[in-house]
Amino acid sequence: MKTLEVKNLKKRYGDNEIIKGISFEMEKGETIVVIGPSGTGKSTMLMCINRLIEPDEGKIFLNGEEITGSKHPEIFRQKIGMVFQEFNLFNHLTVLDNVRIGPIKVKKLPREIATKVAIENLKKVGLESRINAYPAQLSGGQKQRVGIARALAMEPQLMLFDEPTSALDPELVGEVLEVIKKLAREGMTMLIVTHELGFARDVADRIIFMENGEIIEQGSSEILVNPSKERTKQFLAKFKEGR
Amino acid sequence: MIKFINVFIEAFPFFMNGLIFTAELALSSISIGFVIGVFVAISRTYGNKFSYSISTVFVESIRGTPLLVQLFIFYFALPQIGISLSPLMAAIISFSINSGAYQAEYIRGAIQSIDKGQMMAALSIGMTKWEGILNVILPQSLIKVIPSWTNEFAYLIKYTSVAYLVGVPELMAEGEFVASRNFEFMDVFLGVALIYLLIVMILTWGMARIEKMVRMPGV
Ligand SMILES: Nc1ncnc2c1ncn2[C@@H]1O[C@H](COP(=O)(O)OP(=O)(O)OP(=O)(O)O)[C@@H](O)[C@H]1O
Ligand SMILES: [Mg+2]
Repeated sequence: MKTLEVKNLKKRYGDNEIIKGISFEMEKGETIVVIGPSGTGKSTMLMCINRLIEPDEGKIFLNGEEITGSKHPEIFRQKIGMVFQEFNLFNHLTVLDNVRIGPIKVKKLPREIATKVAIENLKKVGLESRINAYPAQLSGGQKQRVGIARALAMEPQLMLFDEPTSALDPELVGEVLEVIKKLAREGMTMLIVTHELGFARDVADRIIFMENGEIIEQGSSEILVNPSKERTKQFLAKFKEGR
Repeated sequence: MIKFINVFIEAFPFFMNGLIFTAELALSSISIGFVIGVFVAISRTYGNKFSYSISTVFVESIRGTPLLVQLFIFYFALPQIGISLSPLMAAIISFSINSGAYQAEYIRGAIQSIDKGQMMAALSIGMTKWEGILNVILPQSLIKVIPSWTNEFAYLIKYTSVAYLVGVPELMAEGEFVASRNFEFMDVFLGVALIYLLIVMILTWGMARIEKMVRMPGV
């Protein structure tokens, strides 16, 4: 069974079709990196998958169960972790509470067990020493690692990352990418939107190049070097110039 | 000065009697008003069209009319349609509703100042919209609203004095009573003013401490 199936996903705002019929599948343990120009609909697509944005058409399945059309998207969101560009940590909670609030309030785990789960995941991202800090007292890289731990604490079947390092100072990017690479090695199924092409090459089992709401090309990280489509070439060329 | 102190000491038992009613009025109105305020604020921000409209009409009509008129409606007008309230009840109800409308606006402002990403994150870990409101949006909003809420409490303490006009024996009414017997209007009402001032100062000081205690670091 596929971990994720996206079938003919469409989203429009008014007359403006942002996602124009996207289909792809993910195997368990697979890491897919999505690249593409700004304003192309990458974030919109990610948020359609866990229905933070309601798709207009198409079907999405998580391990064979249809997400679209369910009256209770929150049940699926429990199983789909999401990491945001702007971290979105809960400002009023400590690091520990940020990570265990999901297990406690959503999974209804007993407090002690939730705390254990939270600390395990904070260890995984290397932040067990900061459990009593508040988000505002952390560096960007630390915030994002807490964001990852918060998502992991729900024991998700799929993780979505929306440009997890785009809001970070360059010197803090590495620590976050290291954590994601570790997750990839451990077999987490991940769909990652990023502009870090080097990281994409290292971590991706498959790369999807998206433009104007469509998948233009997909394949192994080979397409970063030898794209077959002209538009992918142009994007990569522009991108390398820009750096 | 000596005369003032003497008058004050003499009036003190009356002041204390009045103060009990003032405190009862202010505390129950601020608390009931708080509950009203939270509900109205949520329905103005997260409610459907229907609850949004109702709560907006509520807030605007309360804020657009004088407190005294509202009080008189509850005390003098309602009996005409068969609902008689004691002076204290009429005052508590009208002050609660009035304060509820103002508190709703403060809380709504705080809710709207919370970054959209907070709710998105709450939803992303599987909370429902209501769980997100309860666990994430509301706690942060209430922390942010403390300064305005302190103001509202201070206003309310002072506004409870209008309850004297429907016959609640609160601080102002007791002052009136004492002064009408000893004719020391200056000293008596200075004394009354002093008591209001003291209460408001203590409140402001206490709330500032609470604000410090619950402040979100760096936000
Ligand atoms: N709520 C909305 N209403 C109207 N248009 C929207 C809305 N949200 C997004 N869009 C539009 O949809 C398009 C795709 O946006 P999206 O954020 O998904 O792009 P992206 O590929 O993630 O870009 P970036 O790399 O800048 O993050 C943009 O043109 C954007 O203006
Ligand atoms: Mg985006």
